[in-house]
Amino acid sequence: MLSNPNPLNDLAFRVRRQTLFMVNRAKSSHVGTCFSMAELLAVLYGKELRVDPERPDWPERDRFILSKGHGAAALYAVLAEKGFFPKEWIQTFYQNGSRLAGHATHTNVPGVEISTGSLGHGLSVATGMALAAKRDGRGYRVFALLSDGECDEGSTWEPILFAPQHKLDNLVAIVDYNKIQSLGSVKEVMDLEPFADKWRAFGWAVSEIDGHDVEAIESTFARLPFEVDRPSCVIAHTVKGKGVTFMEDQLLWHYRTPQGEEFAAALKELEDA
Amino acid sequence: MRTAFIDSLFELAQQDRRIVLITGDLGFGVVTRFMNELPEQFVNAGVAEQNMTGLAAGMALSGKIVFTYSIANFPVIRPFEQIRNDVCYHNANVKVVAVGGGMAYGSLGASHHATEDMAVMRALPNMLVVAPNDPVEAGLATRAVAAHPGPCYLRLGRAGEAAVHGPDIEFELGKAIKVLEGEDLTLIVTGGLLQNALSAAEILSAQGVTARVLSMHTLKPLDTEAVLKAAAETQAIFTIEEHSVIGGLGGAVAETLMESETRPALFRRIGLNGQFSSVVGDQDYLRAHHGLDSAGMVATITSALRDSVRFTKKNDRHDLTVVG
Repeated sequence: MLSNPNPLNDLAFRVRRQTLFMVNRAKSSHVGTCFSMAELLAVLYGKELRVDPERPDWPERDRFILSKGHGAAALYAVLAEKGFFPKEWIQTFYQNGSRLAGHATHTNVPGVEISTGSLGHGLSVATGMALAAKRDGRGYRVFALLSDGECDEGSTWEPILFAPQHKLDNLVAIVDYNKIQSLGSVKEVMDLEPFADKWRAFGWAVSEIDGHDVEAIESTFARLPFEVDRPSCVIAHTVKGKGVTFMEDQLLWHYRTPQGEEFAAALKELEDA
Repeated sequence: MRTAFIDSLFELAQQDRRIVLITGDLGFGVVTRFMNELPEQFVNAGVAEQNMTGLAAGMALSGKIVFTYSIANFPVIRPFEQIRNDVCYHNANVKVVAVGGGMAYGSLGASHHATEDMAVMRALPNMLVVAPNDPVEAGLATRAVAAHPGPCYLRLGRAGEAAVHGPDIEFELGKAIKVLEGEDLTLIVTGGLLQNALSAAEILSAQGVTARVLSMHTLKPLDTEAVLKAAAETQAIFTIEEHSVIGGLGGAVAETLMESETRPALFRRIGLNGQFSSVVGDQDYLRAHHGLDSAGMVATITSALRDSVRFTKKNDRHDLTVVG
């Protein structure tokens, strides 16, 4: 089917489908990491974020930072779906002369708050934005979407330590916990567990959810901030490559690009779902 | 320089509430008044320079003018990628301030020697590099970088250096200050060695060699006009910096000269020769050890002049012309 009764599920479907076309055309990687966060992006841009595609620089907008910048294709897809820039642009993704780079890039791309790509940067910048908002008495919130792999970075844990000290309850960290990082499973490479307890011990209010259940994501976001005077952390349990059976939970699809029969099969599965 | 910086910043911050000072848990007795009287414009990021720099970018992208502050390499090389990606790439209005440039923290050891900082900062797009030569320049440089809408690196010395300039100098980013006129050679100086260079010029003058002395407080953008003028009007150029001779002032001036038609008969970089200091000592001791005191500069300069087949003193040339 080409539409889903729940508009947020439908947006997630469109993000996945568009992303699949983008990485296929570009022959690029990271389709698995894009698919694992499709519902998170759909609920953020379809419902939660106070943003205006007509005014991408609106001073009171909620800020969204894709700290896991390698998921750029999905971010561009959702921004195009929401009308931040023409859908034709996304056909140029990754191509010579394009403005849409393989990692999230703000230059001349309306709606991309900051450029990322090197892991362990986004949460600090988000924290600075949240602190500035608090100091200025502004009402906007700041969301940062992290990968599980980037929680290996010491620089990710510096703002995790800092934000509760400054009572930044306008800051939301979301971890796309798809359990697979660059060279293996998170458990094998650098086990994060007990992950939620770590965030709690640092002073965050934490909620663990199924990151593919749009109703759960929606109702969780509706409770933000989870606690007054504490930053909020959403640990979203997800499946890498979600939506295409042969990609799901496979390290290979951090790298492999869907071509030929694999592309056709992936598209069919997404559209038949 | 440290005092001139913090006093100027405090005054600026009182007038402009957008100014924020973030320290990496350093500045005991230095940032105290700022912290107490302007708490809404002060942040202690703790001993976490990467976060300090990311925070600064986030605050700057939210309308603040942010100064990050720590000592030596800590605010510069430790969070280098945050400076590159978060600050420079976004052209965020962040000023990275390092106190203790060069070997100001001499006896503390090489971990505390900022001797490659200018080279790496100079390579970054959008980044200005400013290394004042005395407290007067430091105060004016603080105001100038605050007024510049974009990333700047302000490399300061320590506390208590004597002023070289009078209070009423004209200071402009990217414009060298001619401190002494001379016709045989030019000393281009940055980052706190101006007094030593002037003393060296005095000794040389007694030996019959007169030196122009330029305070090159801004490394980037470099005042290429002043450099090329020096190359046209004097025969030899010596760059002087408490920094590796690779990539700093010496590198910047060499690049300018080699790409121009106007080249001096003699060019030498005086600085640190790309090695970690193998002896312990305070700043004056280490400067002398590395030939950065006035006697060391004179020794390097006179030996280079003597060995040069192309350099001739202006008076001598004049004599030759008359004779010849």
